[in-house]
Amino acid sequence: MTAQARTSVPAARGPMAEAWDIFRRSPAAMLGLLLLTLVVLMTFAGPFLYHVDPFEIVWAPLSPPGDDPTIPLGTDNLGRDILAGLIAGGRATLAVGFAAALITMVIGVVIGAYAGFYGGWVDDLLMRVTEFFQVLPPLLFAMVVVTLFQPTLMNVALAIGIVSWPQTARLTRAEFRRIRTLEYVSAMRAIGAGDGNIIWRVILPNALPPLIVSATLTIGMAILFEAGLSFLGLSDPNVMSWGLMIGSGREYLLDAWWVVTLPGVMIFLTVLGVSLVGDGLNDAFNPRLRER
Amino acid sequence: MAYRILRQLLYAAALILAVLVLNFLLIQLAPGDPAEVIAGEMGGANAEVMAAIRQQYGLDKPILTQLGLYLGRALQGDLGTSYFYNRPVVELILSRLGPTLLLVTAALAFALIVGTRLGVMAARKPRGIASTLVTVLSLVGYSAPVFWTGLMLVILFAAKIPLFPVAGMINIVKQGGPLVRALDIAHHLVLPALTLGLVYLAQYSRLTRASMLEVLGADYIRTARAKGVSERRVLNHHAFRNALLPVVTVAGMQFGAIISGAVLVETVFSWPGLGTLAFQSILARDYPTVLGILFFSTLLVIIANLLTDFVSRLLDPRLAKGH
Repeated sequence: MTAQARTSVPAARGPMAEAWDIFRRSPAAMLGLLLLTLVVLMTFAGPFLYHVDPFEIVWAPLSPPGDDPTIPLGTDNLGRDILAGLIAGGRATLAVGFAAALITMVIGVVIGAYAGFYGGWVDDLLMRVTEFFQVLPPLLFAMVVVTLFQPTLMNVALAIGIVSWPQTARLTRAEFRRIRTLEYVSAMRAIGAGDGNIIWRVILPNALPPLIVSATLTIGMAILFEAGLSFLGLSDPNVMSWGLMIGSGREYLLDAWWVVTLPGVMIFLTVLGVSLVGDGLNDAFNPRLRER
Repeated sequence: MAYRILRQLLYAAALILAVLVLNFLLIQLAPGDPAEVIAGEMGGANAEVMAAIRQQYGLDKPILTQLGLYLGRALQGDLGTSYFYNRPVVELILSRLGPTLLLVTAALAFALIVGTRLGVMAARKPRGIASTLVTVLSLVGYSAPVFWTGLMLVILFAAKIPLFPVAGMINIVKQGGPLVRALDIAHHLVLPALTLGLVYLAQYSRLTRASMLEVLGADYIRTARAKGVSERRVLNHHAFRNALLPVVTVAGMQFGAIISGAVLVETVFSWPGLGTLAFQSILARDYPTVLGILFFSTLLVIIANLLTDFVSRLLDPRLAKGH
């Protein structure tokens, strides 16, 4: 912690500022944030610093890291630069991860909000639909969707979103059921606020903390999911991704450990970062629930 | 109780029907001629086969009639024919179901037994080594892609420590009776089950620790201690039984995810189960098989959910009285 951070006193202390205070005092959470920052920096600033096409054949196939100073992390089975692949692959992995998490959150929150707010037959119907999607084995269903339709990045994100939303819907529903009985919601109703207004502008902001935590974990899950699909060769073959690198390098596993190991390390560090941040947020929003 | 079971079975049947309808919709929604989708885009389907498919599936009839035909056949145990393997889909899937069930059960048993033990140890000393281990393990288990963990184990065990086989299920060269065969399969099972189990071991140990800590604060634990029950018995008997419930619930709910994980693990270790079949059929664009696997694994999830519900009731008789 720098001296500057210690002396700066925020003007207003809202719940978010308080949460941030708890968050930044947790070394694990800050490590997660650092990891994520590094990964994002690498994938977005990387192409400007390291101009190598990830698909271009630059050197002899399967040359180990450090063999040639211009190719620091070696080459894959086709002689493509691994470092360039890691940089480009991160972009696809992160983009699909975030897009899928966004789709998951939108579907889950809308369905959970209506089910929790209205109750009765709306709740019954929506929960039956949710339960139906919950019995589908997620990866298999996504595999089928991506194969039947085109494996573009958007379809991969959609497939992941479609199989991941039930958990978010359940969480949102539980929060809405709890909050809708609180006094300030009754007060809003008494002054004549419409349902839409109450759902989106009164209850949703108050249900946000657990949803933010869940969104963070969803990003991590979506990244693992995307990696799994592209490992199986089911994502866009024209877009480099970490999973794809592992999938295409696995036949050379025993001769060239770096081809599969390095992209896996990147996935691991990214998801680790995301889950550390998620845990940190969880503690920050629920200080009392912290593990003893 | 009987009424409850009946209701649950009816609900399960409705879910199964819904999965079949979804399968049908997926074929309809896929771009291109449904007959081509059913035959697979492998180019091998000649005009004769295509005509047979059109006739069998009634593709010239209205869509609702087609749905009716599809459901009728499916309920008679006919999920179509794999034009790639040239065998009925159901037969093909049943021949691969065993290895997947074996892998999933072994992984789940490993994760549950070791995970809950570790969780109990961690709860006993919240600042001890076991607790740190649980924290680290749960982070690593969650963050490392399961197929990558598998590949890392392959590197380790194929070259460095050749203790366990890294591919397949049976050593065909090995001769011997059923016992030798079973031991051989168990030997091959170690690494895939370990890989798949680690993910869930991480979650269950963390969950057990959290729920043990909660249960240990309850009044009846204090009563047990006060009446002189040994600490060991308090932990392993009084507290553990109650702390187990959330773990069982989560394990049951995650069954679909475990099957998904099995697809990846099977691919890594060439385990001859549904996962490798799914992977091969997708590469071959063998849609009837792919959709059949989706149907069967959903069926497994539904059965697992029913079983979980049953086990939860055994663990907590209060649940049986409610509802």
